[in-house]
Formats: sequence, C-alpha cells, structure tokens
Amino acid sequence: MSSDRIEKVSIVISKGSLEGVYPGLIMANGARMEGIDVNLFFTFFGLDAVITKRMDKLKVATVGNPAMHIPTMIGGLPGMSAMATKMMMKEMDKLDIPPVSEFIEMIHDTGAGLYACKATVDMFHLKKEDFCEHMDDIITVGDFYEMSHGGQIIFT
Amino acid sequence: MAEATLAGVTVERDDEGFFKNPDDWKEEMAPELAREIGIDPLTEEHWKVIRFMREDFKVKGQVPSIRRMKNEGGISTKELYNLFPKGPAKKAAYIAGLGKPHGCI
Repeated sequence: MSSDRIEKVSIVISKGSLEGVYPGLIMANGARMEGIDVNLFFTFFGLDAVITKRMDKLKVATVGNPAMHIPTMIGGLPGMSAMATKMMMKEMDKLDIPPVSEFIEMIHDTGAGLYACKATVDMFHLKKEDFCEHMDDIITVGDFYEMSHGGQIIFT
Repeated sequence: MAEATLAGVTVERDDEGFFKNPDDWKEEMAPELAREIGIDPLTEEHWKVIRFMREDFKVKGQVPSIRRMKNEGGISTKELYNLFPKGPAKKAAYIAGLGKPHGCI
C-alpha cells in the first residue's frame, strides 16, 4: 500500500432530506469497500438518519431545489415530496441501494463507527433510546476531531 | 500481468490481476489466487462466498453486490468483511476469477 492512498475518512452528515443523507452513506460504504477506515458523524437534521422512528421516513425536498426541474409552487403541493421520494427510492432499489435502516446496519457491519453530535442531541432533547441500535455513541465535536486524527474529513 | 499460469493452465488477466474471461477459472486456481492477495488458507466459509458469487454471476451476468450477497446469499456483511478484510467485494471477485466489480454499493 503506497502512502499517498487515503487510509481513513470521517464523513459528516448534516442534512436530513433523503438527498442530503444518501451521498454520505454511499461514500461511507464505498470507503469501507476499498478498505478505508470510516467514522460517520450525524449532526443537526442529519440525525434523522439514525433516529429509529424517522430513519425510514426521510423525504426528498421538492421545494427550493432548482435541480428538481419543477416550479417551486408545484413542488409545494401536498404529496409532491412523497411522490418524488417514492420514485427515487424505486430507482435506488434497482441499483441495490438499500433503505436507510438497512444501509445503516450494513455500514455498521462493515466496521465503520456511527456517532451522533452531542450539541444537537441536547438541542433537540433527544435520548440514546431514540437512536437505532447501530449508532455507537453520542460524542462532542472535540471527540470527533480526536477520532478523525490522521484522516480526511468530508462534510455533507 | 497479461497472461499467467494457474494450476497448469494459462489464463488472461488484467493489470490488477482480475480474470478477463471468467470461464477460464477452475476451482483449483482459487487457493493460489487467494495467496496472491494475502488470504491463506481458503476455508469452507470463503468457499461459500466464492460459490455464491460464481453462481450468481452465471445467472445475472455481473458480480453480486455486498447487499445481494447478504440478502440472496445469506452471507452477513460482518462475516464478509472478516473473511476478506480491506475490500471484500474486490477480493472475493479476484479469487472467484470474476472481473473487477463495478458497482458503488
């Protein structure tokens, strides 16, 4: 193994929409597939990806996203977000991209670490019991930097 | 690494050592391929993965994803990472004489 190879990454997931969460999960899983060490850090609305009651209910944002190519007024109609989410999940399934809960379990099983941001947990009055069993710990920003030592940090 | 002799047979391989033609592969070649990437010995658990990959490749025409190995092959992700550390999909495909996997998952 040459020294210019990436050995370790810390990926921060800060958004709670479907399209905000998946890129980080795919990058984390992909890194483990290449033998790279991975820590995943969930902060702010990104925490929804590891909250048991919410993780499989993430939605695509159909408003305020010009790349959806639908007018904002239409995107805001009831059911639009649910429809876009359903369509995207269907396409992802074709590519063997799992639903969030299954993906989180898979990533955990690859040996990656999954952590929740303490500041957000306190702000939203969350408890350890609110999180899925694969979330390893609630940690501070300081812990996160300590853990990320010697690796690259990716913010999503 | 264009051509190599494995178990007495000459096979074509790409620059990274993956088989160019999966039909060239024979079970006797697997232990030598495994040694090349630091897996020795090949256990029955390794063989379970290799056989599932070969079978699935025959049906689907592509190297199965890690999720497929879990859901269809009954091979847990944890086990897969234990058996083939640091890159299970690639390493297992390498030993199974399949091409380099192209999926992102």
